[in-house]
Amino acid sequence: MTEASAAEPVDYIAETRATYDALGYPPYQWVENEGTPPWTPVRVPLREAKLALAASGGIYQRGQHAFHFKDDASFRVIDTEASCDDLRITHFAYDLTDARADPNVVFPLDPLRALVEAGELGALAPEAFTFMGGIYSARKVREELAPALVERIVDQRPDIALLVPV
Amino acid sequence: MTSALSITRSVAPPRAAFLDFPLGHTTGKKNQPEMQLSLMRQALAGFEEIDEPGAIRFLDERWSEDESWRQNAMAGGGSKEKESSDDFRTPRVDTPQYQYSEDRDEAERLHNKGACGSCVGAE
Repeated sequence: MTEASAAEPVDYIAETRATYDALGYPPYQWVENEGTPPWTPVRVPLREAKLALAASGGIYQRGQHAFHFKDDASFRVIDTEASCDDLRITHFAYDLTDARADPNVVFPLDPLRALVEAGELGALAPEAFTFMGGIYSARKVREELAPALVERIVDQRPDIALLVPV
Repeated sequence: MTSALSITRSVAPPRAAFLDFPLGHTTGKKNQPEMQLSLMRQALAGFEEIDEPGAIRFLDERWSEDESWRQNAMAGGGSKEKESSDDFRTPRVDTPQYQYSEDRDEAERLHNKGACGSCVGAE
């Protein structure tokens, strides 16, 4: 069953562990959340729901500061009516070629706007939030970035939130 | 939405939609709006249909008939062969890494007038 095993999802945790071992680095500390995830029922149908978007692919808008590559825990506020032509991408940990050609592969504004236009999704929250993953300090994310993002997302009064990591 | 299944299982969000594509394509292929729309429709349906905390919905799309991208996934599925002894990691610098140098000029010009309010934590 060579073909079937070749089609298994890539295990990035195992791959990263192997690469770090080969380089002689201590193991990367992945976030492991035990137990049942928190659960809030969705109270409205999608066609009435306001969706908030947050993405970690290093997206910034023309005129904004770009991200840097050393535990950057800042974030950008992006108007969800922005033109994709004004979006830029920077990140140290993935191949940016396709995202720079079409930001919708990591920041899906166009498909979300199309679903709103078609009446399948209620609305997009006016502000989306972007940051650059690859922040090696889980503490910085847990204590600084995540609470700040949660506060801004909740301020938008969304019914649902879509997170797009890379 | 995610294209890293093991990481998502470890993080354990309330609901997830998994797309088995190379990193950097979490929500679809470039310049394929119909595919992007179909994937988003499938993913968002999870908000109405997933009723078990932690469930991960697998999205119905293949990157290619050829599965060879998986062999070099850590390098983004590109054609460059990975050598295990190479440090693939980009140097960490704490200065903004702009896509275009014009972006830097424009950002600096706009921020000369003061904080823009949309670069939170970076001004």
